[in-house]
Amino acid sequence: MSQEVTDADFKQQVLEADGPVLVDFWAPWCGPCRMVSPIVDEIAQEHAGKLKVVKLNTDDNMQTAAQYGITSIPALYVFDKGEVAKTIIGARPKPALEKELADYIG
Amino acid sequence: MTDKQLVIIGSGPAGYTAAIYAARAGLVPLVIAGSVTAGGDLMTTTEVENFPGFPEGVQGPELMESMRAQAERFGAEVLYDDVETLHIEPRRHRITTALGAEYTATAVILATGSAYRELGLAEEKNLSGRGVSWCATCDGFFFKDQEIAVVGGGDSAVEEATFLTRFAKKVSLIHRRGELRASKAMRQRAEADPKLEFVLDSEVTAIHGADKLEGLTIASTADGQTRELPVTGLFVAIGSDPRTALFAGQLDLRPDGYLVVEGRSSRTSAEGVFGAGDVIDPVYRQAITAAGSGCVAATDAEHYLSELSDSELNTKEK
Ligand SMILES: Cc1cc2nc3c(=O)[nH]c(=O)nc-3n(C[C@H](O)[C@H](O)[C@H](O)COP(=O)(O)OP(=O)(O)OC[C@H]3O[C@@H](n4cnc5c(N)ncnc54)[C@H](O)[C@@H]3O)c2cc1C
Repeated sequence: MSQEVTDADFKQQVLEADGPVLVDFWAPWCGPCRMVSPIVDEIAQEHAGKLKVVKLNTDDNMQTAAQYGITSIPALYVFDKGEVAKTIIGARPKPALEKELADYIG
Repeated sequence: MTDKQLVIIGSGPAGYTAAIYAARAGLVPLVIAGSVTAGGDLMTTTEVENFPGFPEGVQGPELMESMRAQAERFGAEVLYDDVETLHIEPRRHRITTALGAEYTATAVILATGSAYRELGLAEEKNLSGRGVSWCATCDGFFFKDQEIAVVGGGDSAVEEATFLTRFAKKVSLIHRRGELRASKAMRQRAEADPKLEFVLDSEVTAIHGADKLEGLTIASTADGQTRELPVTGLFVAIGSDPRTALFAGQLDLRPDGYLVVEGRSSRTSAEGVFGAGDVIDPVYRQAITAAGSGCVAATDAEHYLSELSDSELNTKEK
């Protein structure tokens, strides 16, 4: 399982991180999120060291979710140097995700 | 290439019920469940109140998890992968998946369900997940105290609109006709809802916003007059179409797109290929009817397989 981040440590864990960070926005009631999370974990593991992967529970961390205008989950955002570099909204199969993330895991 | 007696494509109520029956009959079915859509439509809902056996209701994802466990208990194998191609060829149907697996199957059950219909407007795809949504129960929560709209006039549109008033400040229900198609009970509930406004005889003709939804253009279906509706959310509930891309052109489909089956059976136009659930059902489309037709398909597949002579069976693992 990837690390959980919160409103409190988002800045430190994500915005101020050295390399790119993929944030998996999810909530416990979201069925498709349950399907995507293990795939995201797999990708993180297979490319360890290239892309840091964290999860943010939007129910408990509404401030960060609102700040980035999340209106649909699962949503995968890649942050690079504090900025949103890529957004992937909605559940995708693993090959499709790998393709979308090629710049970061290739 | 792996040879199977029975492959079931889809893991909604139809696919998993077919798997339970087929597994109990000793067929060791392979369920290709879909990767991120495993469990089917009920994964995107909360409370299911009309599935028999649950007097207090049951959460959609929980129900599907139980069906999966029940199928696996009797020996069904579940693969979280997407079928990419299906070549129908009697007694040796060929299947390839997105992750690169290849199978042949003596019998196939198609339980691929249905997919939401889109409005077909420019910007709809771009703004999907950025204000445009197909799932009120999934995304409604993010529209707290905002003004939003729902398009559609059937039961599901009215149900979504009513559900969304829990969160939103105001919900406009936009429908092409002067009257909703939804059932009387549903309409009455909606009419009594002070946060719900009906925008009838109207259709959405444009969606606006660069990286998030900012508003809609609405045209009157009576006189064509247009106006702008500033909303931050748009929920599209204009129905769904059967998911037949895998086999369109290989099997007979009805003019409205549904997979044709023979009478009350699940037999399609090809030998050894059976259909179940929403993909064959233009009328009922409920979890329990999908489950019932999954049982029919497994039973038909079992009969079909038992009538083939051993030499015709495509399997090393009978
Ligand atoms: C929001 C919502 C709420 C609902 N609430 C209720 C309710 O309260 N009660 C009720 O009875 N019904 C309800 N329904 C309807 C019910 O969900 C459907 O009637 C039922 O799920 C249909 O079952 P199915 O097995 O035919 O298809 P689905 O459940 O749609 O499953 C289709 C399956 O096919 C798979 N699939 C498709 N293509 C491929 C492929 N290429 N490769 C691999 N797998 C594939 C998908 O992964 C999925 O597992 C609701 C539907 C929605 C959308």
